[in-house]
Parts: sequence; structure tokens; C-alpha cells
Amino acid sequence: MIGLPHYLTLAAILFILSIAGIFINRRNVILLLMCVELMLLAVNFNFIIMSRFLDDIAGQVFVFFILTVAAAEAAIGLAILVVLFRSRRSVQVDDMGSMKG
Amino acid sequence: MSEAIIFYVFGAILLGGAIGVIASRNAVHSAMFLVLSFFTSAFLWMLLEAEFLAIVLVLVYVGAVMVLFLFVVMMLDVGVDRMRGGFTRYAPLGLAVVALVVGMLGVLVWSRTGGLGGIEAPPRAPANYSNTEALGAVLYTDYVYAFELAAVLLLVAIVAAITLTMRKRPDLKVQDIGKQVATRREDRVRLVRMDAEKDE
Repeated sequence: MIGLPHYLTLAAILFILSIAGIFINRRNVILLLMCVELMLLAVNFNFIIMSRFLDDIAGQVFVFFILTVAAAEAAIGLAILVVLFRSRRSVQVDDMGSMKG
Repeated sequence: MSEAIIFYVFGAILLGGAIGVIASRNAVHSAMFLVLSFFTSAFLWMLLEAEFLAIVLVLVYVGAVMVLFLFVVMMLDVGVDRMRGGFTRYAPLGLAVVALVVGMLGVLVWSRTGGLGGIEAPPRAPANYSNTEALGAVLYTDYVYAFELAAVLLLVAIVAAITLTMRKRPDLKVQDIGKQVATRREDRVRLVRMDAEKDE
């Protein structure tokens, strides 16, 4: 029988994979944004799981708002990326050290 | 039993998709693997009786956000060659952080499983239960202010995204309607008095 620990472990593995992805791909901003999306998915997964097992719909409401904020974040993040690419001709993290003192 | 089969099959596909996202060499492939992950998560969310959010995940994420990602990835034409190469440099730090998080989550989820495993899932909702209706009933009453804030946030995001990416090119010839309307007769018409020339 699939219980609460199974679901929580799945969400935790997803979260850990996205952390590993941020460390592996820390040169490319687009892939970093994708890993952040994956991380948000894992967090949403936890909310849904607890909403089911505690029989409380508030968790799903929270997921609803997280989805809203994540969509806004993706739109603005990609807009910033497009502007950055226009001025720098690259989206490598290594090329973005101009504010460093 | 069927729940276990669905959980393990879709969980394996989900984790495989996540590995594909972080390990594929091409950013377009990463985006496609992310779409796969979102789809399988939607199935698992349906298993957890969150039907409305599963559909919203497919519509909003796969339909809008991932299309935006693919659009940007293809428009920016990121070189595949330079993208990788940081793996060996950052692998020890990454492994250390991952091991730390694995340890903490393992302690929380499995070694204290007496507390967590004791929570049994409530029985399945009857067939005529509407998840959307239940969600809407609390969303428009208890969380109505948060709902309106979310709407304002989306509006701000639209404005921000448009202002960020709009650019004015100086050599472009476009109508300036405000200028056209605000212009007066004196700006355009000049009355010249001149004597008629006599034909000799």
C-alpha cells in the first residue's frame, strides 16, 4: 500500500534532483530557471500530498497561488533573460560579473 | 494495488524526466523533459485527488510556461558547446549539498516514520464529489483577498514583462498619434505674402 512516506520520498527525490541540477548547470541561466521550476513542482507536490493525507483543501489553495506566482516569475525571468541576451549576446553566468567590486 | 502500480510507474517516469532535465546537453531537450515531468506529475496529482490542479498544471505549465521557455531557448540560440563543462568543477560542492539534504530529508521522512506512517489517507471521495467546486468554495470566500492579490500580481507581471522587452528603435518610422493630435495650425501652415510677378 502506498502511504505518506512513499509520496514524500518521491517529492524529496525530485527536490534533490533539482538542487543537483542547479549545481551541475550553473553556467546557463535558462537551465537554472528550469531547475527552479522543477523545485517548485516538488514543493507543490508536498502541498498536494499533505492536502490529501490531512484531508484539508487549504494545501491545494496554496498550490494554486504558487502556480500563479511561478508563472509570473517565469515570465519576468525570461524577459530579463531576453534583455540580457540583447545587450551581452550570451546567457552564460560567467559573463555576468560586471557588478562585482 | 493499482494505486501502487500507477504510483511506481509514473514516479519512475517523473524522476527519469527530472534526470533528463538536469543532464541533457541540449536546452531544448531539457525543456521537453520538463514537459514530461509536468505531465506525469499531473497524473500523480490526480491520484492524490487534486484533479483541478492537475488540469491547471497541464494548461498553465505545459501550455504556457513551457512554450515560453521553448520560445526563449530557440530564440536565444544558446551554443550547446559552451553550456557544459562546469560539471567536474562544481560536482564536489553539489554532491556535498545533495548529501546534506538527503540526510535531513531521510531523517525526517523515514527514521521518524512512526509519526508519518501513522497518518492514513482518508477514504476516497465519492464519484459525485467535485474537487473544483470544493476549491472554488474556499477560494472565493476564505482566500478572496489572496485571490485578488494574485490577480494584481499577474497584471504587474504582464506590465513588467512588456516594459522589459519593448525596445524603441530610433531609425524606425512610426506614427506618433499624440503628436499628431496635439499639433496646431500654426505649426504646419505658413502664410506668405508676396507680390504677383509681372509678365514682361
